[in-house]
Amino acid sequence: MEPLILPSITDYHTIDIYEAHGGYAMLRKAVGMKPEEVTDEVKKSGLRGRGGACFPTGLKWTFMPKQTEKPKYLCVNGDESEPGTFKDRQIFECNPHLMIEGAIIAAYAMGVKTVYLYVRGEYNKWIRMVQKAVDSAYAKGYIGQNILGSGFSTDFFIHRGAGAYICGEESSLMNSVEGERGYPRVKPPFPAQNGLWGCPTTINNVETIANVPLILKMGWEAYAKIGAPKHPGPILVGVSGHVNRPGVYEMPTGVLLTEIIDKYAGGVPGNKKIKAVIPGGSSTMILRGENLTGVTMDADGLKAAGSSVGTAGMIVMDEDTDLIRVITRITAFYHHESCGQCTPCREGTGWMHKILKRFESSEATQADIDLLLDVANNIEGNTICALGDAAAWPVQSMIKQFREEFERRVLDARAPVAAAAGG
Amino acid sequence: MSETSRQRIEELKKRYQQPQSVVLEALWMWQEEHGWVSEEGMREIAGLLGVPAHHVYGVVSFYTMFNRKPVGKHKIEVCTNVSCMLRSSDRILNHIRERLHIGVGETTPDKKFTLVEAECLGSCGTAPMMQVGDEYYENLDEAKVDKILNELK
Repeated sequence: MEPLILPSITDYHTIDIYEAHGGYAMLRKAVGMKPEEVTDEVKKSGLRGRGGACFPTGLKWTFMPKQTEKPKYLCVNGDESEPGTFKDRQIFECNPHLMIEGAIIAAYAMGVKTVYLYVRGEYNKWIRMVQKAVDSAYAKGYIGQNILGSGFSTDFFIHRGAGAYICGEESSLMNSVEGERGYPRVKPPFPAQNGLWGCPTTINNVETIANVPLILKMGWEAYAKIGAPKHPGPILVGVSGHVNRPGVYEMPTGVLLTEIIDKYAGGVPGNKKIKAVIPGGSSTMILRGENLTGVTMDADGLKAAGSSVGTAGMIVMDEDTDLIRVITRITAFYHHESCGQCTPCREGTGWMHKILKRFESSEATQADIDLLLDVANNIEGNTICALGDAAAWPVQSMIKQFREEFERRVLDARAPVAAAAGG
Repeated sequence: MSETSRQRIEELKKRYQQPQSVVLEALWMWQEEHGWVSEEGMREIAGLLGVPAHHVYGVVSFYTMFNRKPVGKHKIEVCTNVSCMLRSSDRILNHIRERLHIGVGETTPDKKFTLVEAECLGSCGTAPMMQVGDEYYENLDEAKVDKILNELK
């Protein structure tokens, strides 16, 4: 498949080159359609969110009220902070106009007058790149008042975060835009009813939004035929860890994980065996290397394998990897990033980390395995937002898939000599 | 806060329903000018936005990128999250520690460098990596780190 989101065209990030390849023609097309026709195209295309939850994008747009006195908002989520995820950064760098065009089309479809692009604070360099693109789009009349003479007006502002993973959660993101601490909100009410400043708001991931002009360009029928039928379209897969060519690769959904590792990412250094793969960012359930056969990168494929697509940020680990160290590091992350609102997550992530530290230093007991699982089970589903689940899933799946690693550390604990040799 | 920043804050207020939304950007401006965010800064920003000072404090203490005490001229943030860990970020971190003779969270006596561990910075495909200021330094090894540290004035 020819790359659509990240085409290899020199200087594609500049507006002149983007326009020369048909850029902003879809915005022109969209404003000539009825807003609900645009939403319908997106709905029929089968596009599902690329931020982690795989929610149908067009359906999400229909949740926005049509008759309302209140201003409506679109937040484009570029907070990208899930460990193993580095795809939105590629869009900011290589194809910012596709995202901007998509956002303005989405704004038109939903009657949004202000778009906020939320970008993590660390990406300041990329914020400047995108701002340059936004400025040039304003100058050409693609953003602002009376866009392309259609009578439709919308603004596009970048909102810079300041270091908080939780702000990628949609309600935290809105609180952050409001100048609050990034605490998640209780749902319902959902953002489409009660979002920014109590007004109807939709939050879409950067990559999701970048797909919108592609749908209009090829038509929903053609788009729906790309990749996995129930989760179609191009997808940016980030591959990191023990591979020869780590990086972001664009492909249709539904590609075999083994093909992604071997063909796209050049296989494992030293031809080592794969011990484990985290398929979609650190919160997705870990898979055993020997169970990868036939598993595909799409919602159904990964669900059947006992995991999920998440952000499609694959972390590959070879046979020599210390998985206890991996899960301890992941849990340290969620402990650090827990916002502290809900007790199960605030306390539980810390407890899990403490127990895992015992395994890491071979001081754990057999009972610690069940204790760890018990804590994880009591976080899952008991918090306001999904961070609690995101912290519990890797621990639960690690114990399920690699219980022997934990047990070995328990045995190690009883035999200090073996512990020194193990590690 | 400089006059330019004050004017910029006034402009940014127009982008939102409430002036409070500008708090992060105002804090960024303050940190840019002073290197860290003091209580004086928080009070001044509170005044400019018409929000209570304790609100600004609450925001500052929530977001990790605001320095609540002075840091070195160059804040070195080494990512040690999984993807970087799998590609030996601990070696990079140890190398910097030994070279600068400081621990994580510490600043060199000449106030030039502060070393911290960072969570995933979205550079997993080019691991191991570190961020200094706005700049990302990727695919690091010890020699590359030495070169970068020598070049940072």
